[in-house]
Amino acid sequence: MTLLLEMKNVHKRYPGVHALKGISYSLRAGELHALVGENGAGKSTLVKVLGGVVAPDEGEILIRGESARWSGPGDAIRAGVGIIHQELSLAPHLTVAENIYLGREPKRGPFIDGRKLADDATRLVEGFGVGIDVKRRAGTLSPGEQQLVEIAKAISQNVSILAMDEPTSSLSARETEQLFRVIAGLRASGTGIIYISHHLEEVFLLADRISVLRDGEMAGSADAKELTPERVVSLMVGRQIEALYPRTFRDPGAVLLDVRGLSRRGVLEGVSFTLRSDEILGVAGLVGSGRTELARCLVGLDPFDEGEISVEGTPFTPRSPGDALDRGIVLVPEDRKRQGLFLNRTIRDNTIAMRLLQGLRKGPFVDRPASESLAGSFVQRLGVRCRSVFDSVFSLSGGNQQKVAIAKGLAVSPKILILDEPTRGVDVGAKAEIHQIMNDLAAQGMGILMISSDLPEVLGMSDAVLVFRDGRCVARFPRGEGAQGTLGERVMTAATGGIANA
Amino acid sequence: MPEKTQSFLATLRDKGWGSVLLLFAVVGLLAAFHPGVLDRQNMANVLAQSAIVGVCAVGMTFVLLSGGIDLSVGSVLALAGAVGAWTCKELGLPVPLAWAVAVLTGTLCGLASGSLVAFGRVPPFMATLAMLAAARGGTLLLTQGYPVSGLPPAFYTPGWASVGPFPVSGLVFFGLALAAWVLLQRTPFGTHLRAFGDNPETARLAGLSAPRLTLSVYAISGSLAGLAGVLMVGRLWSAQPNVGMGLELDVIAAVVLGGASLFGGVGGVGGTVAGVLIMGFLDNGLRLLAISSYVQQSVKGLVFIGAVLLDLAFKGYYRKGRGRDA
Repeated sequence: MTLLLEMKNVHKRYPGVHALKGISYSLRAGELHALVGENGAGKSTLVKVLGGVVAPDEGEILIRGESARWSGPGDAIRAGVGIIHQELSLAPHLTVAENIYLGREPKRGPFIDGRKLADDATRLVEGFGVGIDVKRRAGTLSPGEQQLVEIAKAISQNVSILAMDEPTSSLSARETEQLFRVIAGLRASGTGIIYISHHLEEVFLLADRISVLRDGEMAGSADAKELTPERVVSLMVGRQIEALYPRTFRDPGAVLLDVRGLSRRGVLEGVSFTLRSDEILGVAGLVGSGRTELARCLVGLDPFDEGEISVEGTPFTPRSPGDALDRGIVLVPEDRKRQGLFLNRTIRDNTIAMRLLQGLRKGPFVDRPASESLAGSFVQRLGVRCRSVFDSVFSLSGGNQQKVAIAKGLAVSPKILILDEPTRGVDVGAKAEIHQIMNDLAAQGMGILMISSDLPEVLGMSDAVLVFRDGRCVARFPRGEGAQGTLGERVMTAATGGIANA
Repeated sequence: MPEKTQSFLATLRDKGWGSVLLLFAVVGLLAAFHPGVLDRQNMANVLAQSAIVGVCAVGMTFVLLSGGIDLSVGSVLALAGAVGAWTCKELGLPVPLAWAVAVLTGTLCGLASGSLVAFGRVPPFMATLAMLAAARGGTLLLTQGYPVSGLPPAFYTPGWASVGPFPVSGLVFFGLALAAWVLLQRTPFGTHLRAFGDNPETARLAGLSAPRLTLSVYAISGSLAGLAGVLMVGRLWSAQPNVGMGLELDVIAAVVLGGASLFGGVGGVGGTVAGVLIMGFLDNGLRLLAISSYVQQSVKGLVFIGAVLLDLAFKGYYRKGRGRDA
């Protein structure tokens, strides 16, 4: 079989992160080569490199044996590479037909040939066996229908290489079946397919070959026949050095936070758990499983429909983050650049941002000496590497930015700290330091809820692990229940909906 | 998350009929107080007076669709009119050529702000605010603050003449609106522009060129402001250096009343025409009712903020507990 695609030693570095560390990958005509790995393992970056969205720093991409140098997505499309991105990316106010043929409209003279546009689009969509009116606006379709339109759009480009990033994540069972039929047809006509999925049962059903990414490296790659789901999971999870997770476990103390039957329509369903002092509770699950939504409800960013929250034994209904702050609950959000920090302000300004609500004043003015010494003490305590507290946060590395985001939360001395993806996009050294900080905080009596997609982190740092799936808390695994390797597999199994029933 | 069943109002707005209904409502209300509003002569007056705002509004529709804004139309209109009149009077350029120079002046202004937005990554608000100041300064410099008058009468024709009952300027407005409708609805450029304003990342991934689209919309807006400048010179029988101050508010209000979103991707020429006529009838009706011009200004401000609030409400801006990045 002809080799459609070959990637050799591809590197991609972002500030503070080495996202791809010398990846090699190949795809033959008619083959389905699955790409699996945890969130943040580098799958999406690899797809972006392939689609011409970002340029690799090093390495080579060969398309049918010829070296490809792309300056944008248009070049990749012309080279026959189609990408179905995980995030739905239709223009909601354009019609389905206009979306499918965007940038490649059939023309008659200077005008769009409206009839041909509609006919072509209809024929394409009918190939899926679903009735979607191509003159409807894309924004009025259900997520599943939008996903099918995305797929139709990619296929209409006559691609020979098609990358699908989690294509079934918003499809119904029937739509998934249709998709698999379309995939079979494409493969029969020689199209090579890169299939990214968390659903291992799908992967083993479809794939000829499976490659596993971990921390930007290729952890393993083999024919699907030679692999088992268990083997793939253990490749995804990997073995990590102990020093990365400096945790001294102690018996948790009194109950700080008690959540009972928390529900928010379409997002959370009957979530119950308790968080104690001296305890780190890990929250695992796929993106969109309800983890971040839980955090948002707990600090009053989103309302909830049902359920009760009590803090240190007294009932509490958070209406705003300020409410939560008054009761000692602080969230350090997942996207530090957009949600967690004032990027253009100094370390001092960030550190005191929340604390100013509680004091740090001299009459009507900010107590400047006190705010500087407060910021200075956090810089020292958390080991933020900077010249002074007047450095703008923008100039710091990812790990140091994250420490400042945590400092902002710690400055108000919370009893309960919610960390959403505390080490995402942070290098290994800073990661270990942040873990050390978490360990110290727990030792001082704080209760920490740690949402993380980094499974080794969840296993290494948590007293117990809550697993979320489809808005439900589906499992709670206490630490030390089985060896770390098997516990990791059980968490992964619970989060992905079980390999056993494939 | 999209809802399957849209509310009646949302459907109306989606199809662009909301602004047409609003137009009838406004005209009906004004006519109830002062039947003279419906006189044929008065209607022709409204059309003639709306034409200048209208021509600019057609250009502004493109800009808003792309997700940008053009604050410079009033100043560019003045500069283009002055340059056209000056070349005709001082350099003795033939009238049609002088018109072309005026339009071209607008095009160049548009390309300048467009380049700042497309290549300098300057926010459209800043780039066109700078152009607002620069073009006004240029006008004052060229005219030394005095009106340019005494041009060949042919120069003024488009601004005041009529064909039968129809003012020429009104016909120019309708003609341009029709051409713009074809461009937006029937050509790839129009589809690309709407896609770009709707979801820039999707447009980029589809291989569309963002700088090209950005440059085009500001060039179109500038050119039409230039053309409006010619109409304005004809209406006033001179190129006035201070003409068109605050015009951008009328223009943007008209387009937003016509259903365009300030966030890009939504809007159309049909709605814009209705929006322009709403503003025109309001102006005219309030004057017929002998309401002080100070109050008129305030009413316009209220109408504008009302249109923006409606736009936000339709976008679901005030719905409690929006999901992330909704």
